[in-house]
Amino acid sequence: MEKLVLMLAQMHPDVDFYNCASLIDDGIIDSFDIISLVADLNEEFEVSISAGDIVPENFNSAQALWELVSRLQNE
Amino acid sequence: MNNVLEYLEETVLRVPEKTAFQNDSTAMTFSQVYSSARCIGSFLINSGYCCEPVAVFMNKSPQMIAAFFGVLYSGCYYVPIDEEMPQHRIKLVLDVLKPRFMICDEVTMQLAEGVSGCEISLYSEVSNFKADESALANVRETTLDIDPIYIVFTSGSTGIPKGIAACHRSVIDYIETLSDALEFGGNTVFGNQSPLCFDACLKELYPTIKFGACTVLIPKHLFSFPVKLIEFLNEYKINTICWVASALSLVSGMGAFDVLKPEYLHTVAFGSEVFPIKQFHRWREALPNATFTNLYGPTEATGMSCYYRVDRDFEDTEPIPIGKPFPNTGIMLIGEDGQLAKAGEAGEIYIRGTAVTLGYFRDPDRTEQAYVQNPLNNLYPETVYKTGDLAYVNERGELVYVSRKDYQIKHMGRRIELGEIEAVCNATDGVEIACCVFDDANSRIILCYSGAVEAPFLQEELKERLPRYMLPHSVYKLGALPFTLNGKIDRNLIKDTYAKGDKL
Repeated sequence: MEKLVLMLAQMHPDVDFYNCASLIDDGIIDSFDIISLVADLNEEFEVSISAGDIVPENFNSAQALWELVSRLQNE
Repeated sequence: MNNVLEYLEETVLRVPEKTAFQNDSTAMTFSQVYSSARCIGSFLINSGYCCEPVAVFMNKSPQMIAAFFGVLYSGCYYVPIDEEMPQHRIKLVLDVLKPRFMICDEVTMQLAEGVSGCEISLYSEVSNFKADESALANVRETTLDIDPIYIVFTSGSTGIPKGIAACHRSVIDYIETLSDALEFGGNTVFGNQSPLCFDACLKELYPTIKFGACTVLIPKHLFSFPVKLIEFLNEYKINTICWVASALSLVSGMGAFDVLKPEYLHTVAFGSEVFPIKQFHRWREALPNATFTNLYGPTEATGMSCYYRVDRDFEDTEPIPIGKPFPNTGIMLIGEDGQLAKAGEAGEIYIRGTAVTLGYFRDPDRTEQAYVQNPLNNLYPETVYKTGDLAYVNERGELVYVSRKDYQIKHMGRRIELGEIEAVCNATDGVEIACCVFDDANSRIILCYSGAVEAPFLQEELKERLPRYMLPHSVYKLGALPFTLNGKIDRNLIKDTYAKGDKL
């Protein structure tokens, strides 16, 4: 989870990713972020995030993202 | 036909109650667009605005489009300003433009008040002004087809954006030939992706009023979520899209077609950048009955100048041609010697025709550099546009795009002068010198700089000053930048060192 937050923080050093749960709703991360994030997560955590997983619910908070990555790692 | 408003006026008689423009929250019929536009036009005329730029700074919406036509009814020309443009850039645009009047909505009003320095009114006020039929008729009588319709701003290498002015005649020429080539009609339902502040949206807005078609403005956030995006296309029965290749690649690249396919889509046009062939194949596989058309053209020639409708299979290493120019547009490939390039050899694309725009607004120097006398014609004045793009003709007689001649790049479908990013960095406190390169293989903008400021701080600073799509992906602070023997920044060395896709 820390590694994930670190990756997010590189994109937006000013955001508190531990507590923010409206990354999509408030437009904090946008499509540019999501594209690079998916590529980086796939590489860093050796998962394969599929189109069906790329929905707003999974990207709204670092916690939700982490749950997605963990689920994919266990599959 | 001499005025683009004639499209709207003919269509509103035929299908007044049909939806012309909509997004996920509001819709306007042709009759509503027509009435609002005439009210706005009447307001501007009665307020004393005439033959001058009027800024339209609104959230992307059907109302913003109605405001464009409203400005045209007054004989003025519209200048769209994107809600997402950073304040610093809006200010640069307004410095060039010096408008006397701006139309805003409730959301943009506060942003505008800080930077505009001109009269501002709300759309909701100006669109409720009483239509003044005789004033509108008077303006129409004196408007010529060589008068400007709009000014759109693109990136400029000095850091000052360039405002490109285009007239009625150019837009009519473009819309007629584009509509023929892509077979638009009354049943066309466009799914718009492009921001309204770029010429790219002409492809949807003007055929919509010409044919009585419909344009659905797709919410921007859906371009992050490919499956939701396809659900949206299906919900609104969108059958025609003209998107930048990166938006198309996003959908196919993330595997969205494995989950869902567009049901109504039959016409797909792409352009503004090279479409990776692997992604193109996925689209073709998902939509075997759709037509695919590659488009090429600079804003300075109104929109698109060349097209190629895909009619054969391509190898993974083969580029999709840009084909041939639209009717009434001419393409010349000029070699280093100023003469036509030899068969198969790359030359710079020069564009001739009615679609060549009027030039850069309030910028005679840069206009003179790009809008030049036809190098092959010394008999009479003939202005052509020198694109700075290289292309060659293949053995089938099709034009094939090669690359930019200079540092201007295409990224996420947008035109970016790397020099502009450098200029903004160089203007930041604590930066000594900055150099920006583009890693073509990974499609990443890389910035190297020297100076006292730390990289995260500089990145924050850039966010304030540059549009999102121009932000460097990687920023490296160096002790000093490498220079070549003749004292220039060694861009090639920087590119070789940092553009290997290794991340920070």
